[in-house]
Amino acid sequence: MDKMRAFEEEIAKSYNKEIPELWPGDSVKVYTKVKEGNKERTQIFAGTVIRRRGGRGLNGTFTVRKESYGVGVEKIFPYLSDTVEKVEIVYRGKVRRARLYYLRNRRGKAAKIRKKGY
Amino acid sequence: MLGLIAKKLGMSQIYQDGKAIPVTILEAEPGVITQIKTKEKDGYDAIQVGFIDTKEKRLTKPVVSKFKKNDITPKRVLKEFRVDVGNYNVKDEIKLDIFEEGEVVDVIGTTKGKGFAGVMKRHNFAGGPDGHGSMFNRRVGSIGNCEFPGRVVKGRKMPGHYGNVKVTVKNLKVVKIDAEKNIIALRGAVPGSKGEYINIIKKGK
Repeated sequence: MDKMRAFEEEIAKSYNKEIPELWPGDSVKVYTKVKEGNKERTQIFAGTVIRRRGGRGLNGTFTVRKESYGVGVEKIFPYLSDTVEKVEIVYRGKVRRARLYYLRNRRGKAAKIRKKGY
Repeated sequence: MLGLIAKKLGMSQIYQDGKAIPVTILEAEPGVITQIKTKEKDGYDAIQVGFIDTKEKRLTKPVVSKFKKNDITPKRVLKEFRVDVGNYNVKDEIKLDIFEEGEVVDVIGTTKGKGFAGVMKRHNFAGGPDGHGSMFNRRVGSIGNCEFPGRVVKGRKMPGHYGNVKVTVKNLKVVKIDAEKNIIALRGAVPGSKGEYINIIKKGK
C-alpha cells in the first residue's frame, strides 16, 4: 500500500503543479483550458467552493458553484487536472460547515457568503 | 510471448491530455531464467522463468537441486514462455523493461470469488419488484416450458458458484512504467483483489 502511495505522490509531483489551498466558502476564479477545434483558450469559472473531496493529491477534487443567469451551475475540478491552469482566490469566506450544500436552496443575496474577518 | 508476474497494488487515476485515465497499479516481480527448453531436447522451444524468492524448505528437494545447479536462489513460481530461445541464457533476468509505455498487453489473473451467488449477481437478471408483497424479489423465475420439451434446456442460467476463475483481459494499454521501482500502470481494471499476483503477457507472435 505504501508503494501505491509513493507512486501516486510521484505522479502528482511530476505534473509540476501548485496545489491551491482552498477552503469551503472561498470565492475563487478557476482558469480552465478549453479546446475549440485546434485553438485553445482560457475560460474563467468564478464561484464559491462548496466542497473538497479526496485529499489534495491525485484523486482530490473541489466543487465550485456559481449562479449564471439565474441558474445554479456547479463544476467539479480535479486539483491536478491539466485543464485547470490556475486557481485564484478572490476572498476567503466565513462558513461554519465543510460542505455548503445549503447554498443550493438559496438564491441571490441569501446565497452570499460573508468575507472572513468582518 | 514473454511475460511477467506482478502484484496488484490498487487502482488510481492519471491525467493525460485533459482526461483522467483510470489505471491499475501493479508491482512487477523480476524473474530469472532457470532453464532453456529446446526443440531437440524437449520437443518445443521455451524459456522457463522463476519468480518470487522463497525459502529452500518450502520446496521439494528435486526442485531445489534444480535451482542450485545454476546457482539461483529458490523461486516460488516457475513459468514457461514460448519464445525464440536464441537470445536467452540461463540466469538472465526478465524485468519490466520488456514492456514500453503505450504498448498493449494481455493480463491473466484469478477473479475475486463470490461464493454461491444468486441469479441477479451472477447473470445480471432483473429480479422482481421489491414492494407491494411481491415475494419475487431476487428469484430466478421460470426455467422452462411444460410437457414440451419436458426438461430444462442445457446451459440454463441458474444460481451457483461465481468468481474465482482464471480470466484473461485483453488489450490493456501500458500507461506508465517505473523500471527502477518495478511499478507498472495499466489502463483499466485487472482481475483479482489487491495483493494478488497476476500475469502480464506481451502481445505478439
